[in-house]
Amino acid sequence: MTQDLSKQSNRLQDGGRIDRSKPLTFTYNGKQYKGFEGDTLASALLANGVDIVGRSFKYSRPRGIVAAGAEEPNAIMQVGSTEATQIPNVRATQQSLYNGLVASTTNGWPNVDTDLMSWVGKVGGKMMPPGFYYKTFMYPKSMWETYESYIRKAAGLGRAPKESDPDIYDKMNQHCDVMIVGAGPAGLMAGLTAARAGARVIIADEQNEFGGSLLSSTETLNSKPAAEWIAEVVEELSGFDDVLMLPNSQVNGYHDHNFLTIQQHCTDQFADRAPNGQIAQRLHRVRAKWVILATGAHERPLVYGNNDLPGCMVANAVSTYLNRYGVAPGKDLVLMTSNDNAYRTALDWHDAGRNVVAIVDSRKNPQGTFVEAARERGISILVGSGVIEAHGSKRVSSVSIAPLNETGDVIVGSVVKMAADTLATSGGWSPVIHLSCHTGARPVWNDDILGFTPGATAQKQLTAGAINGTFSTVQVLEEGLSAACDALAHLGLDKPDAALPEADDIEEGKAMALFHIPHTKPTSKAPKQFVDYQNDVTAAGIELACREGFESIEHVKRYTAMGFGTDQGKLGNINGMAIAAKMLKQTIPETGTTIFRPNYTPVTFGAIAGRDCGELFDPKRYTAMHAWHVEHGAKFEDVGQWKRAWYYPQSNESMQDALNRECLATRESVGILDASTLGKIDIQGKDAREFLGRVYSNAWAKLPVGKCRYGLMCGEDGMVFDDGVTSCLAENHFLMTTTTGGAAHVLSWLEIYHQTEWPELEVYFTSVTDHWSTMTISGPNSRKLLEKLTDYDVSKESMAFMDWKPMTVAGVPARVFRISFTGELSFEINVQANYGLHVWKELFEKGAEFNLTPYGTETMHILRAEKGFIIAGQDTDGSVHPFDLGMSWAVAMKKPFSFIGKRGMQREDCVRADRKQLVGLKTIDPNVVLPEGAQGVLDPKAPIPVPMVGHVTSSYWSANLKRSVAMGFVKGGLDKMGEKIFYPLADGRVIEAEICSAVFLDPKGERQNV
Amino acid sequence: MFHIYCPHCCEYREEEEFHASGQAHISRPLDPDACTDKEWGEFMYFRANPRGIHHELWVHGAGCRKYFNITRHTQTYEILEVYKVGEKPSIVANEAK
Amino acid sequence: MSDVTSDVTVVARDTKLVTKQLPAADIMGESPLHHADLASIAEHGPKEGGVHFHERKLMGLLTLRCLPSLEQQEMIKSLLGVALPMQPLTSVTTNESSMGNVSVRWVSPDEWLIIVEADKACGIESHFHDKLMGHFSLVNISGGTTIFDVSGDDVVEMLKKSTPVDLHASEFPVGKVVSTVFAKSGAMICRLADDKFELVVRRSFADYLWLWIQDASREYGLVVKA
Repeated sequence: MTQDLSKQSNRLQDGGRIDRSKPLTFTYNGKQYKGFEGDTLASALLANGVDIVGRSFKYSRPRGIVAAGAEEPNAIMQVGSTEATQIPNVRATQQSLYNGLVASTTNGWPNVDTDLMSWVGKVGGKMMPPGFYYKTFMYPKSMWETYESYIRKAAGLGRAPKESDPDIYDKMNQHCDVMIVGAGPAGLMAGLTAARAGARVIIADEQNEFGGSLLSSTETLNSKPAAEWIAEVVEELSGFDDVLMLPNSQVNGYHDHNFLTIQQHCTDQFADRAPNGQIAQRLHRVRAKWVILATGAHERPLVYGNNDLPGCMVANAVSTYLNRYGVAPGKDLVLMTSNDNAYRTALDWHDAGRNVVAIVDSRKNPQGTFVEAARERGISILVGSGVIEAHGSKRVSSVSIAPLNETGDVIVGSVVKMAADTLATSGGWSPVIHLSCHTGARPVWNDDILGFTPGATAQKQLTAGAINGTFSTVQVLEEGLSAACDALAHLGLDKPDAALPEADDIEEGKAMALFHIPHTKPTSKAPKQFVDYQNDVTAAGIELACREGFESIEHVKRYTAMGFGTDQGKLGNINGMAIAAKMLKQTIPETGTTIFRPNYTPVTFGAIAGRDCGELFDPKRYTAMHAWHVEHGAKFEDVGQWKRAWYYPQSNESMQDALNRECLATRESVGILDASTLGKIDIQGKDAREFLGRVYSNAWAKLPVGKCRYGLMCGEDGMVFDDGVTSCLAENHFLMTTTTGGAAHVLSWLEIYHQTEWPELEVYFTSVTDHWSTMTISGPNSRKLLEKLTDYDVSKESMAFMDWKPMTVAGVPARVFRISFTGELSFEINVQANYGLHVWKELFEKGAEFNLTPYGTETMHILRAEKGFIIAGQDTDGSVHPFDLGMSWAVAMKKPFSFIGKRGMQREDCVRADRKQLVGLKTIDPNVVLPEGAQGVLDPKAPIPVPMVGHVTSSYWSANLKRSVAMGFVKGGLDKMGEKIFYPLADGRVIEAEICSAVFLDPKGERQNV
Repeated sequence: MFHIYCPHCCEYREEEEFHASGQAHISRPLDPDACTDKEWGEFMYFRANPRGIHHELWVHGAGCRKYFNITRHTQTYEILEVYKVGEKPSIVANEAK
Repeated sequence: MSDVTSDVTVVARDTKLVTKQLPAADIMGESPLHHADLASIAEHGPKEGGVHFHERKLMGLLTLRCLPSLEQQEMIKSLLGVALPMQPLTSVTTNESSMGNVSVRWVSPDEWLIIVEADKACGIESHFHDKLMGHFSLVNISGGTTIFDVSGDDVVEMLKKSTPVDLHASEFPVGKVVSTVFAKSGAMICRLADDKFELVVRRSFADYLWLWIQDASREYGLVVKA
């Protein structure tokens, strides 16, 4: 066994839960150090005598480790040995040490030991009083960007990696009967009880092992070290199938209806990169029938001058480092306390063989088990006194102590100075009520414990242990047991046998309400007395805020930044409120508290994103012919989640070349489009026809079987939101098509009207979008091509425009619709999707002689624009009704039922004469293509602001017409045929166009009637 | 994240299966053509925003695709009742002021 | 594989249309995961792992919409050889029907999914339209749907990454069926055995869900079954 303690100057020879046989090497700020398995990064740094772990946010003062858990405000690290594995904002107190760990301070600029910024602090910090954001940096506004980068650097919130994280973060949905937050004595007792009763239990704890406060205490349970009881409970719990134990797991959010989010560190606690295939972090999304909060309490430090010097720590943290990690973070200790409990720290320090200079107790006559124990050890106790100031430059070297009055707010004697390198303080314990606040419960002040406890809640929530202000182990265990029994009763489960372990009998005297130690100078002149270390909020700052008229604690918080950001007021909030209350001459409950938001500690973006990244970021939907498109070099366009073929460039073709070729081939011979993505809805029932009449603006009563019809769908406001062709398959049976992007919305639209407005109509809707593969062959040779693949008569006589017929195409039963979105003779072939690719390939087999050309969505857009056909969502934007589109032919105002949209499109505003109307736009220079979105003006020389009369919605180069074609809105445009309109562009050009019919090609429709 | 009892599936499901569809009990006027512009505007656009008890229309979109009503407390987010379309809520806000 | 009748139009009654949808057996259908070549993966890929995956492809699937009266229930039972599961979230399976293996999954109070062999779907459609009176709709969705059978020791863990539904045996016994969210898409999930689930998914999402399942199974090991 090699014990390399040589450089770990503060490491004790024995004791603690670390494994001295397993040394670990880590790098901190570029230097190598040693620690042991079981250490946190914080305990290892302290073992190595590293005092300064950061520079403060505003004043750039040196800061050391003050706590041992989630409440640590200073030791916030950037962890990661490679660029890709950087994690910012890691608390050193929560990071398990592993071999090869690389950490650096995040708020040192440029380095923590000698900080160029510290002149700000030395000038007395007057440059950055509270409210400095508002007062200084807002003016002049133009300087904000300069200030921002300066503040960002100074604030040191770490940095995101520049390379993508190689690790896997995922999410898991969990359900349980009882969710226990915290595996200290209360949580373990509750968990054991619930598990024995057969409940489904999840128990989570932020630390790497269960046990909570017991891990760092010297007390016994059942006359054995508490650690043995913990081991027994953990072993029993792990035997239950329905118990999920989550160490290294922070319950970060408690949301409505007992939904909790837990960030589990799976491997990132132990390795820079997750071993192959393993998950680095997992976000558990838990739905719990009952929640037991056993989150414990954080010890409050006291507020005194220079209380941020390294060496100033929270009392219990000192005990934790001693007892759990075998680290004495100094040599000569002064303990300042307002209660008995903290005496344990002096006892532990003494028992570790170190020197306790004095216990400074603000109370006149302390008594109790721990006080007596201190006296027995001969430790000097200064009663009725407080430490008013710490001295030192980079570490505490001495402290000033003064006698205080009964209430602790006036110095009543002379100041003495004592040498010490460590100053531990305790102002009592603040229950960790953060999670209970997340669901909106207001905390309640409890005078007995001088802290806030969880308020009334609408959640199925129970609490146990120190969160309730219950601090004695005996009572904490009892509360764990009884909370579990309450939960079990609610769940209808029987109570199991559960004996409470026997705990030490401890008597504690009454604590004193003490938060802010007075100084010989007024607060504003005294050395800085920090309340919130992380945000550099001082007692003087809070007093200033109160003097400046901020009376609500919420305003004081925002003005001073107390409890902001990642800190969430874990250490400082109560002290800050007490100081504000005193200034405002109120009690703390009268002053109120701010409440806490999720998340309790910072969560990595990896955990939030989970697997919804990279290829899995969003579903990609494919048609049955997708592989063919890929094989034939298609470029794809996203339409909703669909990947649609956009165009098919050949060899070195530019996009425009490909489009020209596709357009010409289609109009000259035959082209083919994969239209499978169009929404398709099967509609059946005797009232199907009536229903169609209500949801479409046009008439459906007389559409015969075998026929198709185009329809416009409007909202109740009369505005068009979708369109498509619906075919009558049989008297009570229709097939509706929708736009690709509108399919889901249209189906819900039909359902909501059927379910909530017209349930008496006998009709059912079923999506068949995915069931049918749809391929449209279009062009003068499309019939000849189809004839090669079917025996059915598809002549003009047998199958007229807007007819549909069942037939067999390429051996596959098909439904073929003679409808056209190009203005050419077209057939839309629908086959069961498992045969889509087969039929598609057969079409190419037989289509070679006609130069069958695949075309994508872009050519489809051009071909339809040549014909003036609209695309809902491109030529409509939710503010245009059918008349605006010049589509009065698609509105049947005389239908007996007042169809959806009818009333809306007759509102006063909808019948104005100068509404924007969709028209064709013919550029005077045929070679110029208008940019879509360009705004038109009638007089380009008019003074600014020039009245804008409407924008271009669709605009393309038409290879068929050898000129540009465009559509757009123009105010009163349908009455302005032949008039000029101008499009001034950002680059200074003004494009002149003539307002015309949107039908550029074949206005009589002769091409499709063949 | 709400936990919502679907009255059609007869069990609680996660909120992500559902979709809120606005205020409940907004009936389409039976004779829209007889409505004034103001009446039609009120039907279309004006909705309650109460502090306290509110009735909402939801749909179990990823589940049974059925619409149903929820009575929800807008401060505590408690769902006090769910009931099917066409049914009346048994819990309503106290209108007395 | 072929439909029961040879003509394209099976039922051209005046109210509803039923058309034959499958070609002659020499034309092979391609399932939504055809491109993934699962057969090769099954042959050459890992043989051991915590999650097993099998595409039960090219089945016959039909959506029945109906609020069935007792008479309709009786008729449906005689047509399918098994009674409609009327209890929410339940399903039935029989192999004693004249239609071969028939599974019926409850979807909503007026919707069921019927799963049969591919060549039975069209016959069921025509029988329903011939024999079942009253209001209903029956739609063949075979081409738009595929079935993933997932099983294995870690199948529940994999599913917990994918769906928010509680899969614990006490809440989700064998035979239970739910329609729910699956990753960022949806699926109908039915428990076929303690460690075996059926996922009915839409064709266009099949590739995404296949990628998702591969990813979610990585830590347990994925075995593809032919």
